[in-house]
Amino acid sequence: MEEVYGTIKVKKGLAEMLKGGVIMDVTSVEQAKIAEEAGAVAVMALERIPADIRKEGGVARMADPKLAKDIMNAVSIPVMAKVRIGHFAEAQILESIGVDFIDESEVLTPADEVHHINKWDFKIPFVCGARDLGEALRRISEGAAMIRTKGEPGTGNIVEAVRHIRVVTDEIRKIQTMSDDELFTEAKELRAPVELVREIKALGRLPVVNFAAGGIATPADASLMMQLGADGVFVGSGIFKSANPKRRAEAIVAATTYFDKPEIVAKVSENLGEEMAGIDIKDLTDKDKMQVRGE
Amino acid sequence: MKIGVLAIQGAVSEHINMLKRAGAEALAVKTVESINSVDGLILPGGESTTIGRLIRLYKIDAVIKERAAKGMPIYGTCAGMILLSKHINGFGQPTLELIDTAITRNAFGRQVDSMEVDLTIKDFDTPFHATFIRAPVAKDPGKDVEILSELSEGAVFVKQGNILASSFHPELGNDLRIHKYFLDMVKSFLDKQ
Repeated sequence: MEEVYGTIKVKKGLAEMLKGGVIMDVTSVEQAKIAEEAGAVAVMALERIPADIRKEGGVARMADPKLAKDIMNAVSIPVMAKVRIGHFAEAQILESIGVDFIDESEVLTPADEVHHINKWDFKIPFVCGARDLGEALRRISEGAAMIRTKGEPGTGNIVEAVRHIRVVTDEIRKIQTMSDDELFTEAKELRAPVELVREIKALGRLPVVNFAAGGIATPADASLMMQLGADGVFVGSGIFKSANPKRRAEAIVAATTYFDKPEIVAKVSENLGEEMAGIDIKDLTDKDKMQVRGE
Repeated sequence: MKIGVLAIQGAVSEHINMLKRAGAEALAVKTVESINSVDGLILPGGESTTIGRLIRLYKIDAVIKERAAKGMPIYGTCAGMILLSKHINGFGQPTLELIDTAITRNAFGRQVDSMEVDLTIKDFDTPFHATFIRAPVAKDPGKDVEILSELSEGAVFVKQGNILASSFHPELGNDLRIHKYFLDMVKSFLDKQ
């Protein structure tokens, strides 16, 4: 009986256990406890939520390891934390303190404009953002065990997340109608390995769990993304930027499970108080957009 | 034979695929009505705090206990095992109390300690390749609990009457033996009806 650790199966397996759930951004132990009690399947420990990073500007980096450790000690659910795109040293730090999942995230200021982290080198799983199928497959080829839409973080505006999940779904559908001969050119156009394109054709879906992220602010947003085929949702600024975080967190959790029962989504949407104000994507210039970071 | 997989959250489709491959009809269930329509129920892996909270909120815990009392077989994996237990060490969270064991959550450690291992299981001819993910173990089993497999951390596969529970995730592999074992329990339950 030889135990084997850090295999792709146990990495993808943790992502599979998160399906149908809500992963919440938290910036303190208190927020992490609220999230756990409200039914979050995991928390994302970070220094500043995306809406504040957007507002305050400057270089956004990995959170203080002490914050991640304090949150790990305070809750029993998995703890995730973000690293800058390409910053493998930040990832080594998080792995060494025992964080359960790393988000190589465009929300932070990229450390490498060409290369992402070689995620096969790590024993803990990574999640990465993607705007289309090619980007998702490149991240999977680098060892990502989970994908999420990029959306447009910190805006409270769902439009980009919807665009990204629809694009991925359309591209998968297109591959399923192709003959095997056509997959080589398709792989070239997607800038992705042909083996993964073949796998997409066989499975009819991504070979890893695919969550929605970037702009989810209401129970209805969660229901929409689940109905569009997301396996679960990340909520960043939407919860702790709203008037009543606890109630909103509980409501989004219920709406993610019962996404196909409008009567339940309606009930939990009542009297939630003010939501985060939000930003129209048209008011953002290209340089304000986080989703263009890391192709 | 119609088997429900509780679809509050977690690895639902993986169990449905395994059940179908083992020859059963399988569906995701998340309402009282749908749970009342099945002959056996699987509580999948996921987060036990999340699933536990929602089954209490939507009164699903009561229907599960009612069906269990009437003999319907239930199988819980990982978070499902936690929910079936009598008590969770160090946590006040309520459980279904359908199997007479205490639970130690995250008994092996965090995700870095998640692993694959070949397990010896009672009455299985060859080892079962098992995947453990932030897994719990069962402790202090009561006299009616049969231990089907254990590691140094504690019991990882247990049975008590119509209730079956494992720390690991057979739904993440290709070996159908455990799902077939559960389907045999459902079959004898239906034969007795």
